[in-house]
Order: sequence, then structure tokens, then C-alpha cells
Amino acid sequence: MDLDSALLTYIAEGRELLEEMEDILLRLEHEEDKQESLNAIFRAAHTIKGSAGLFGLDDIVAFTHGVESLLDQMREGTMVLKPTITTLLLSSRDHISDLIDYVEAGGNKITDTLREKGDELTQQLNDLGVGVNQTAPETGVQKGLAPAPTETVSRVSGSHAESDNWHISLRFGPSSLCDGMDPLSFLRYLGTLGEIVNIKTLDDGIPPAEDMDSEACYLGFEVNFKSNADKQTIENVFDFIREESLVRILPPRSELADYIAHIHELPEEDMRLGEILVRSGSLTQLELDEALRQQSALQAQETSLPLGNIVVESGMTTQTVLDAAVAKQSQVREGKSKEAQSVRVDAEKLDELINLVGELVIAGAGSALNAMTTGNNVLIESVSILNGLVEEVRDSALRLRMVQIGATFNRFQRVVRDVSQELGKEIDLIITGAETELDKTVIEKIGDPLMHLVRNSIDHGIESPDLRQAQGKTSSGTLRLNAYHDSGSIVIEVSDDGAGLNRDRIQQKAIEKELITAEQQLEDQEIYNLIFEPGFSTADAVTNLSGRGVGMDVVKRNIEALRGSVELTSVPGKGTTFRVRMPLTLAIIDGFLVGVDKSSFVVPLDMVLECVELNQTNREDSVDRNYINLRGEVLPFIRLRELYMAGGVAPRRENVVVVQYGGNKAGLVVDHLLGEFQTVIKPLGNIFRHVKGVSGSTILGNGAVALILDVPGLVQEVASMEMRAMNSAA
Amino acid sequence: MLKVKELKRKCSAQIEGEMTIYNAAVLKEKLMPVLEDSRDLEINLAEVTEIDSAGVQLLMLAKKERAARSYVLNLTDHSSAVVDVFELMDLVSYFNDPIVLSGKKGEQRGS
Repeated sequence: MDLDSALLTYIAEGRELLEEMEDILLRLEHEEDKQESLNAIFRAAHTIKGSAGLFGLDDIVAFTHGVESLLDQMREGTMVLKPTITTLLLSSRDHISDLIDYVEAGGNKITDTLREKGDELTQQLNDLGVGVNQTAPETGVQKGLAPAPTETVSRVSGSHAESDNWHISLRFGPSSLCDGMDPLSFLRYLGTLGEIVNIKTLDDGIPPAEDMDSEACYLGFEVNFKSNADKQTIENVFDFIREESLVRILPPRSELADYIAHIHELPEEDMRLGEILVRSGSLTQLELDEALRQQSALQAQETSLPLGNIVVESGMTTQTVLDAAVAKQSQVREGKSKEAQSVRVDAEKLDELINLVGELVIAGAGSALNAMTTGNNVLIESVSILNGLVEEVRDSALRLRMVQIGATFNRFQRVVRDVSQELGKEIDLIITGAETELDKTVIEKIGDPLMHLVRNSIDHGIESPDLRQAQGKTSSGTLRLNAYHDSGSIVIEVSDDGAGLNRDRIQQKAIEKELITAEQQLEDQEIYNLIFEPGFSTADAVTNLSGRGVGMDVVKRNIEALRGSVELTSVPGKGTTFRVRMPLTLAIIDGFLVGVDKSSFVVPLDMVLECVELNQTNREDSVDRNYINLRGEVLPFIRLRELYMAGGVAPRRENVVVVQYGGNKAGLVVDHLLGEFQTVIKPLGNIFRHVKGVSGSTILGNGAVALILDVPGLVQEVASMEMRAMNSAA
Repeated sequence: MLKVKELKRKCSAQIEGEMTIYNAAVLKEKLMPVLEDSRDLEINLAEVTEIDSAGVQLLMLAKKERAARSYVLNLTDHSSAVVDVFELMDLVSYFNDPIVLSGKKGEQRGS
């Protein structure tokens, strides 16, 4: 690919904007006040179009223009949001995304399939009454021909202005003159596109002499313009000043409501503007009166104030319009400053940094150890300060990679919408904990398993509307995505309020597949867990979503490969919850170093609750049982010496490290407690992949290797060993 | 750039050369005290060779300031450059001054 960097930036930006568009579109239907969101979508579409124009990507410009027009109509309230429109906008978004993909792939001329798709969508946009290739009506009217048929859909009766001309309102931004954008040049250029029938130059913006900066532009114009050019051509005239200035263009024969909106949008007082519009010939006095009457009627409706208050009310409206304008401006400014605060960095560079920090941590530990052996206090002191700093560097380097999970969650909005439509189910997606942060690499890898869980819930979990109603539930099901931090890991929950797992069917299926025998007595939970077994599927029909039997075992394997775990709870008739637990990061953790004989082990510090001494009484008590009494609680424990066959003789005083994982406590019996240790996780080789209870390795300051204990795996392993022992005893 | 002649009953000023963004600041400085003058003010624009939006804006400011004090401002002898711009922005009625067109200037505009 030999794309220049600017285009690459455009592509990246375009993708972000499209993502934003999708998010908002999906949110839009549920929002009370849609105006802000509509504006945001419009801005996104506009930016995509504008930047595409800079690169001469005409296909994107042409197509996006149609979308933009529709959004504009929705923004002005002449088009009301309907699910069909949302679907159309979503497909349009996808098409723009396809076009951008195509540009990235280096395509110059779009393929026929893409073009057909675009034409089809444009046609649909057209059918909605959007003038995609809007051209001004021919001057035929003057020749005595019948006036062109006007739009049939109208919100306010008798509401078309009779003017055949465009109306253009311009308020030039203060910096226009300094930027070399002389309003005169724009007027002259406009003159080449058609005839300026009437122009009104406004001096309202000019402040008193003492406040006036003679190099700032205060001019405003109301132009009545007659032209056969289409809207885009006229808009293009003002492309350069759109950022700074206010440019509003009303096509000929716009609805009166548009004029009202138009008048409202401009800074001058409504009455004065109304007069200007009349004088410039864009509106007749009758039309203006009608417009003002409608406006008051609307206000009265909205606020249900007695008629007598309308006058007061209209005064207030000016204020609210003003407030809205100010709010909008400051929002734009905020958006800009936010943009400036973040820097785009190649993920590879970040990974390299993390790797180096990892090496730094190891080297730091080494020098601390060496300093200790010299016994030089000054050296020890300075190395310890150095290591403190290294620790801080490590933390902030890792924070660089932390991203909120919200973006991943929001992707599922679309999935839920599409899939539920396909299946004829009604499903609401509720997202909580979107601001929970975790490592980018984890997020990237968790996407697929999560997708599977979500689809599984939609497909198998939530019932069809009829069935739900028959069971006395609301016809629309709810799917919840939730995330939160819990002792050093992030927990992601996917829960539905569907039928829950069918215990009998799972058992029957498991017997068929010879996973269990008919005689085995199993707890509900154990039966539920069978769905994670390879080759297991209870779906009667194989849909293209799930149910092909390559589902849950793959999910489980993928999650476990990331040092995570998945569990489920299910209540028949109430729903199922999958709980995925993932480590926050895959690179460096705070560890707690313990020693057994000559070996060292690392326990993730977040999981360590406390350390207690295994005293003589407890030792004697627990010779042949593996639990102790911890302040009145039963604490099962594992002797690492026995588990790993470390050899040697247990010292006189042993210690118990109490760890917590997912609500369960367990003790690890070790010889020595060696203290906190920054642990750079080095993955184990492939041969060790199946070793249970060990999740990785790390290098100690003295160059020795320590194993990182996989506490959840360890606890599970021991629990099942215990179970087997009990079973064989029984 | 700005010459001021003070007559008995009125104040007469003449602007020469450019009225553009490049000299707008200086011009405004010079114009300000004249605008305070309570006598009728006449500004002669015959020698204005070039005028842009910044220049127009200054003239509009002058008009506004004078009007706010109920003083009189008359623009006279508009040069062709000024007339051009006034017509483009439809400011003739805004200033409401008689504009005298010479035949030659008229031809230029008509083209």
C-alpha cells in the first residue's frame, strides 16, 4: 500500500466517526431528547463527507451527501425518526464503511457491486423525500407553466413559501478577514452561479466604536438568490468558511417551518429577521404572519401555557435558543480540546515500551539484590529510590494500555439489534459498568468469546415474544452486559431473563454423548457445567448463530487461555448468567513471593488476603485433614510442598497465605514469606500449557526462575482431587 | 490617507487610497475623533482606489456611530471602487446618500 499518511489518518478517523455514528444511532431510538444525538450524527457524517472531499473521494462525498441531507431534515424536525429510518441509516453507515475499506485497499474506481448497493440506498433515501440530487425548480414557473409539485408530506398546513429563490443567510466569523476570506469574494463568486436578486447587509454585529476591532469581521448578509445550481454546488461555495461562520441555505419553496427554524437559528432578533426576509423577497408578509402565528401556536402547545402568556413565552424562547446556541458552541469547543488532549500511538510502540519496562523491573530487582550483598547503605538507599520510580513507571506504562470496556460492549448493540430482528425476538440490551478499564490486549481477545456468549443468550436464552407472554413475562426480553473489578480481575457478566438452562435435556444429551452415565447423581450446577464440554449442544435446530456444537467449549478454552475463567448460574424460567473473569493485565502484576524449600513461587498480590502462622496446635490438628480453623471459619488449605513435591523438610514454623478468588477463600501452606515482588509475566512454553496450577513464570533478581501460581486453577484442581479421594473412599 | 478640513458649519474629510484590511486599523484610529464632531460630517470618497469588506465595515461603523448620536454623516463623490461594492452589498439605501455616476464609471459597472 502506498497511501500517504494523511489518507491513512482520514481512514482511521472515518472509522472512528462511523463507530460513533453507529453507537448513537442505536441509542437514538431510546432517547428522550434526540436533538443532541442527531446533531452529533450529522456532524460525523458531515466530517466524513468534508474530509472525503479533500482527498477527492467523490463516491464517498456523493453518497454521504444524501445521508447528510436526511440527517439534516431529521435535525430540523421535518423528518421524524422511525425504525425504518434507523435501519436505513445503519445500512448507509455500513456502506460508507465499505467504501472506506475499499479506499484503504487502494481501489480507485468503485466496483459495480458497491455502486449498485450505493444506488439502491440512495434510491431508498430518495423515497424518503430527501432531495439527494436536489436541483432548483426550473424557471418554468415564470413562463406560465404549472408550479412544480411540492412535497406531499408536510407537518404544518399551508406551509410552503411561494418564493422561487434560494435564501442564504451568512454571518461571517470574526477571523474571516484575517484569514483572507473577504465576504465580498464570496458574494462575487455567488454572483457567477446565479443572480443575487436581493441582498441585505446587516450591521447588527458591529459593536460600538470603542469595542470594534477593525480587522475582525462583523458582517452578516441575507441573500435572496436565484439559481439553477443544486444545493451542493451552492453549499460548496461556502465550504471554506463553514467552520468559522454561520451559513444557512434554504432551498426554494421551503416549508414555513423551515423559515421559522431558520429565523431562530440566526443571532438577530426574530422580528427584525422576519422583516428582513420579507424585504429581501424570500417571504411575503402574509407568509411571515402565518409563520409567526404557527410559531406561537407551537410554543403554546409545548409549554401548555395559557394563550395570554405567549408573548412572555416568546421572549423566553429567544433566551432558550440563545442558551442552546451557547451550549452547542461550548460543546464543539470541548470536543476540540479533547481531541487535542489525546495522542494516537501505534499499539506496537506501546507493546515495546511495556516489554522494556518489564526488563527494567527485572534488572531493578537484580540491582537491589546486588546492592544488598555489598552492604553499602548509600547504594542500597539509592537503588531503593530507583526501584520506587521504576514501579511508578511500570504502573503508568500499564495504564497507557488500559481502555474502557464500553466500546466493546457497544459493538453488541448492533449484534443484538440485527440478530433479534432476524429471529423475530424483541430484546433490549442494557449495559452497565461500561467505564470499567482493562488491558487493551485483554479487550481485543475477549471480544470473540463474549460475542459467542451474547449470541448464545439471544438464540437459546431468550424466548420468542409469544412464548414469553404465555409465561407471563414481558414480550421483550432483556440482555444485560455488566463489568466490574473484583480482586485483581475484571468480571464480565452476560445475563438474560430467558428460560434458563433445561437440566433434564442437558443430562439426557450428556448421557447420549457418553459424557456421563445414567446412574451418576449430579448437582444442578455440575449438570449446567456440562455445556462447556467439547461437542455439546442442546439446540434442537442448528441455526446459523449458534448450536453447532462448537460453542461453549471453545469459549471456555479461549477464556482460560487468557488466564481467565467462566462460570454460569441459571434459574429455570428466570434466566441464565455467564460470568467471565479475566486478569486485568497480561504483562506485569504485583506479586507476593513465597518460598518452599529452595523454590520460589509468586501469588498475585491482589488475591492475597492475609498471612497467618500455621502454629503448633493447628499443625497437630491438621495432620490428616486439609483445613484449619481461621477465627471460627473453616479454611481449606493446600501444602505447596506436597503439591509440587518440592522435597526438603518443613521448617519448624510454616505460614499460611490466605487467598481469595471469586468469593472462595483458601490457604496455601509455604515455608517462607518473602514479601512483595514486581512480577513480569513470562509465558510458559507450549509443553507446559496443560500444567494445572501454574499460569506463568517470572525471573527473580538473582536470575532464578519463579513460577506464578494460578490460584483459581489450583483451588479447583485441589477441590477435584479431594472429590476423587472422597469418591474412592466411599 | 485621511485629510480633515474643518469648515464653519460642517466637518469635511477625505479618504484617499485604499480602504482595506491592511490599513483598516490605522484608518479607524484617525476616523474616531472625527466621528465625535457634533457638526455635520461629510466624507469624500472620490480618491478611494480600493475598498474591501473591512473598509465597508468601517463606513458602516461610522454611520452607526453618527446615527447613535443623532449626528449627520454624508458620503460624497463615491469612487467607482466604492460604488461597485455598495451595489454588490446593496448598501446604497443603507447610507442613503446621492451617488453621482459619471458616464465612464457607469460603463465600467455595466460590463
